[in-house]
Amino acid sequence: MNEEGGAQAQGPTPVSRGFRGRRRAGSDAARVPPGQYVTDDFPVLSAGPTPHHPLEWWSFTILGAVDEQRSWSWDEFRGLPSETVTVDIHCVTKWSKLDTVWTGVSVDTLLDGVETSAEYAMVSSDGGYTTNLPLEDLRGGKGWVAYEYDGEPLEPEHGGPARLLVPHLYFWKSAKWVRGLELREEDEPGFWEGYGYHNYGDPWREQRYAGD
Amino acid sequence: MTDALDGNAIAGQLEEVFGREMTTARGVCASCGAASLLAEVVVYLRAPGTVARCRRCGALLMVLVTIRETTCVDLRGLASLDPRPMEV
Amino acid sequence: MAGATLRRRLSWQLATVVELVEETPRTKTIVLQAPGWTGHRAGQHVDVRLTAEDGYQAQRSYSIASAPEDDQLALTVERLDDGEVSPYLVDELRPGDELELRGPIGGYFVWEESLGGPLLLIGGGSGIVPLHSIIRHHRALGSTVPARLLYSARSLDDVLYHDELTGAGDVDVRLTLTREQPDGWHGYRRRIDGELLREVAWPPAERPLVYVCGPTGFVETAATELVELGHEPSRIRTERFGPT
Repeated sequence: MNEEGGAQAQGPTPVSRGFRGRRRAGSDAARVPPGQYVTDDFPVLSAGPTPHHPLEWWSFTILGAVDEQRSWSWDEFRGLPSETVTVDIHCVTKWSKLDTVWTGVSVDTLLDGVETSAEYAMVSSDGGYTTNLPLEDLRGGKGWVAYEYDGEPLEPEHGGPARLLVPHLYFWKSAKWVRGLELREEDEPGFWEGYGYHNYGDPWREQRYAGD
Repeated sequence: MTDALDGNAIAGQLEEVFGREMTTARGVCASCGAASLLAEVVVYLRAPGTVARCRRCGALLMVLVTIRETTCVDLRGLASLDPRPMEV
Repeated sequence: MAGATLRRRLSWQLATVVELVEETPRTKTIVLQAPGWTGHRAGQHVDVRLTAEDGYQAQRSYSIASAPEDDQLALTVERLDDGEVSPYLVDELRPGDELELRGPIGGYFVWEESLGGPLLLIGGGSGIVPLHSIIRHHRALGSTVPARLLYSARSLDDVLYHDELTGAGDVDVRLTLTREQPDGWHGYRRRIDGELLREVAWPPAERPLVYVCGPTGFVETAATELVELGHEPSRIRTERFGPT
């Protein structure tokens, strides 16, 4: 992955003859946001160890600016109506993966009947990871809590048993090991947002960093 | 934890940021008080930023984020960081 | 290191590939000429940066295989099947190509004679590379510090620097071949465990200085088992390798 910092100004960086990296040639440009490269892999990026908790302990909770907190156990969650979607995903570290297939519960289903004046959500995961986004970007068929990838149970290293899936934003917003949503009237930056990543993160406007 | 590395993996990045070799610096975890050399902390490299965690308790020690060629280092997870070279 | 008045900045420099040596079908040693190189300590590494024509960059760290005394700087790289940088370095790079690197880097996983011993080196797979630099340095010094190497590899074909390691007789080399062994093999044939380490390591009372390098799982097993055997954690230095 591309990691650089504080490069001394020594003129243009020399090109490494014949180096292309992992990028796939001939991708469909219209589907690839600016600055992204299509990959066939599924890179694993993480800020901490992969959690391994028994499913009996799992729960998903909606709390915060709601009339009534809601919570589902794993069995209850799996009993909810689910759908399978095919979406493109875009990571801020510049890789994109097209036509990924996920199965999960739409956030619309989870929020069905929830009364709230909240405009924002803070997503939280096992291990303490958080990310924030407008509530509107989770609704209207734009967000899911996904538990299957490519027809198989979601692997722990990719966020299993369940992760958030919000493909229209950079993939750091699709929190792995998701456990809850806090609905909020005021916005507050999550983990990476607090370190200078963009508060919203639209790949089509290349909103990688604060100020973009 | 098998995909995690250690502080050796960020030795170059740390030297660039601090202007000196830092893997022999001694850090104390603000969460559990464990002391260790930066070479020995748990490092996750594959992320929008680099994250270093306490080997004993897993708490965040350092986060390094490089944005537009500037690297910012968050050291709030360290109660102290002493760059004196290690004595053997 | 004594307080140096000369602050060397860690800056990128260009090196030219002089020679490529196939160590195994998946591993090559890259011999470099680096005009800006100021020398290194055994066990250190470099960061290598590749830039594609469209500006895309990828950066990785590689241990220095050569000793400080060697004429030329050398890196040994193992091709990771789904790697981004290693397949380029192992399969594509040619003599005459330029490579951007910075270093030497690292002040923890280094050995020099003043640190003493007895010296116990434990390597798994490509973890042998920095240990090889240490062994060459030990040899160049004619050091009398007792040195022993425990090296775990899948098969004899995967053992790097075999003849050089076993030929000189100054380092007590113990191999363990975990997947495949040649006929008549009398050495170890399993992954390292407490019992194997107990047999190979000096007793804790000798206070060996231990360097463990390899994949994370390998390093953690070795370090944990050594501490279980009674070795002091502060005498065990670790360097974990992995896909990045």
